[in-house]
Amino acid sequence: MTTATAPPAEPQERSGLPSWAIQGLVSLSAIVLALVVGAILIIVGDDEVKKAAGYFGAAPLDTFSAAFSAVGEAYKALAVGAIGGVTPISESLTQATPLICGGLAVSLAFRTGLFNIGAQGQLIMGAILAGYVGFAWHLPPVLHLIVAIVAGLIGGALWGGVVGLLKARTGAHEVIVTIMLNYVAIYLLQWLLTTTTFQRPGRADPISPVVDANAQYPQFGDTRLHVGFLLALVAAVFVWWLLNKSTVGFELRAVGANADASKTAGMSVGRAYVIAMVVAGALAGLAGTQQVLGTDLPLTDGVAASVGFDAITVALLGRGTPLGTVLAGLLFGALNAGGLQMQLITQTPLTLTTVLQATIVLFVAAPALVRSVFRFLPKDRGSGTILAKGWNG
Amino acid sequence: MKKFVRGTAIVGVLTLAVAACGSKPAESGPSGGSDNKAFKACMVSDSGGFDDKSFNQTSYKGLQDAVKAKGLTEVKAESKSDNDYPTNMTAMVAAKCNVIVAVGFKLEDATDKAANANAGIKFAIVDSAPAKPIANVKPLGFNTAQSSFQAGYLAAAMSKSGKVGTFGGVKIPPVTIFMDGFAEGVAYYNKQKSKNVTLLGWDEAKQDGLFTGDFEDKAKGQNNAQNLITQGADIIFPVAGPSGLGGLQAAKASNGKVNAIWVDTDGCESAAEYCSVLISSVKKGMDVAVQDAITSVVDNKFDNKQFIGTLENGGTALAPFHEFDSKVPAELKTELEQIKTDIIGGKITIESKVQPKAS
Repeated sequence: MTTATAPPAEPQERSGLPSWAIQGLVSLSAIVLALVVGAILIIVGDDEVKKAAGYFGAAPLDTFSAAFSAVGEAYKALAVGAIGGVTPISESLTQATPLICGGLAVSLAFRTGLFNIGAQGQLIMGAILAGYVGFAWHLPPVLHLIVAIVAGLIGGALWGGVVGLLKARTGAHEVIVTIMLNYVAIYLLQWLLTTTTFQRPGRADPISPVVDANAQYPQFGDTRLHVGFLLALVAAVFVWWLLNKSTVGFELRAVGANADASKTAGMSVGRAYVIAMVVAGALAGLAGTQQVLGTDLPLTDGVAASVGFDAITVALLGRGTPLGTVLAGLLFGALNAGGLQMQLITQTPLTLTTVLQATIVLFVAAPALVRSVFRFLPKDRGSGTILAKGWNG
Repeated sequence: MKKFVRGTAIVGVLTLAVAACGSKPAESGPSGGSDNKAFKACMVSDSGGFDDKSFNQTSYKGLQDAVKAKGLTEVKAESKSDNDYPTNMTAMVAAKCNVIVAVGFKLEDATDKAANANAGIKFAIVDSAPAKPIANVKPLGFNTAQSSFQAGYLAAAMSKSGKVGTFGGVKIPPVTIFMDGFAEGVAYYNKQKSKNVTLLGWDEAKQDGLFTGDFEDKAKGQNNAQNLITQGADIIFPVAGPSGLGGLQAAKASNGKVNAIWVDTDGCESAAEYCSVLISSVKKGMDVAVQDAITSVVDNKFDNKQFIGTLENGGTALAPFHEFDSKVPAELKTELEQIKTDIIGGKITIESKVQPKAS
């Protein structure tokens, strides 16, 4: 066994654990730390605790018991709301669905050395096209849904493809381009919703008609969970296959690891950028279809919510791998669903879940910080590199 | 030990709770005279959240007032995005709420659906109305064009440059109704006094003007206001919720050259740091309307008739002048009162097409 006393010569022998296990441990530790931070916030914000602290000198134990019960109740409600029964679980999966697809869009680009901040815009373009086909066209069952999904994929792929093309041809930095295209997409959507083509008849506010029943993802029973979730899993398998089993994927990963070396080896770096962004855009577009065809939501200026941005944190937490992204998406979906329940039962503000999500990612992005708290965690020099890649790419 | 004592003391002061007595309070029952703890009054916010210093916050105050006055149980659900509306509505129904208040037109679909499926629960919706009246949904509308008319007149009279400006958040009726009323107030001043005060940022005939595009981004509000100031406006009327606060920042930065009129709440109370530049505010009495709607359910007097807040019933009003009280001429104050009387009496007709109509 190699220990800290004898620095390992080979990267594979860093510790007794394989790299994925270490990364998993770091992620788990980050979640635990985030929950601790959240607990502190709950205690500080709780009225009962404040009241008990007011007479701390008289009955100090009251403060601690109030703090304990505040944290306990809040986290219990969070857990019950996320996984306590069929409805909560279905709600968690529903919330996770677009996050997984969006996360894959960011992950795939990461692996090619691109920092795709544009999932939001690609998602919106997908939602616009899918929504339009959904409410303006009237096709038979099944066919309508398929056409609407394809429209959404095309919308996202085009929006992503533009970025790849600009990067490949002109070297324009994808971070700048994707951020700007996000604005173009959201303002385009806002403008479209004021036109008679998109605005619901009889309404003066920016909202479209609801899509035809034929174009909606079939739902499972009484829940809001829909077939889009299965598509998200299929998409994850596809990305895994693309990256790990296909020639194209090998090129993408090679370019992501070292663009110059890939070029010398005879690969077309530009081609890899375009392919990665087209596929990433299509994945984000798929998330867009899930928003507008899946959860009974008309096209509004809030259709994308913050899914495209949350997707970045999902991808970071998932460390750019398809499986990791799915797991991270599920975690965030569960936090979102549980958060709604937590505020209902314990009146804990919804923003706490946002804090939890952000803190988890913060700790994941700073493994050294986590390691300084959890000393037993072994070192893994490989972790973290993927996170810093984009800006240099 | 010293540190520990000091820390405890700080905690005590911070909590504002009877730090001085420091003794454990005796177990007390629910406070307040009447007690309807079994009655659940619920509210779902739109994506702005309950802390938006505007629309959701004022409505929430109405819920709190009703809960306090009647001894009810309060349940609230904040929506983080448009996706949350159906979920939150379903959760409220599952929580066995007696009355559910939906804040904003964005919740219209979710409210209608929940109301049709649950005839036993009463609903109220702020700033919107179902396409066809629903027996258990009470729409709460506000004719803020009336008080904005007064604000327009006030702004035109107070402007030294002869130019006043406005900008909105998003071009939707609950926003443009303010801008319409403001525009008509300016026009009325010009007609009465044979002056030529120009309004920048809104063209009522074309229904087009200056917008930030959202209700959150203060920087955009500041840009828009700066844009108006550069064009010569010396009074700004931002109708953009928290984004409009940027407009107040721009006004404050002008060192007294530019002033503003706030909307929804009395700005001197909700955004006190800007009170020095606020001539007045156009108040939209969502708190009163929400409280009345909830109380009517408690008292078994609920009806689904459209409520419209007007100058007459106090559902909308021009706020006090606060720090400008001495700067607004007495004559102008009398004229504003006269305008109020004339609007209530029907002598002044407001043309704006987005005014809520009685059902």
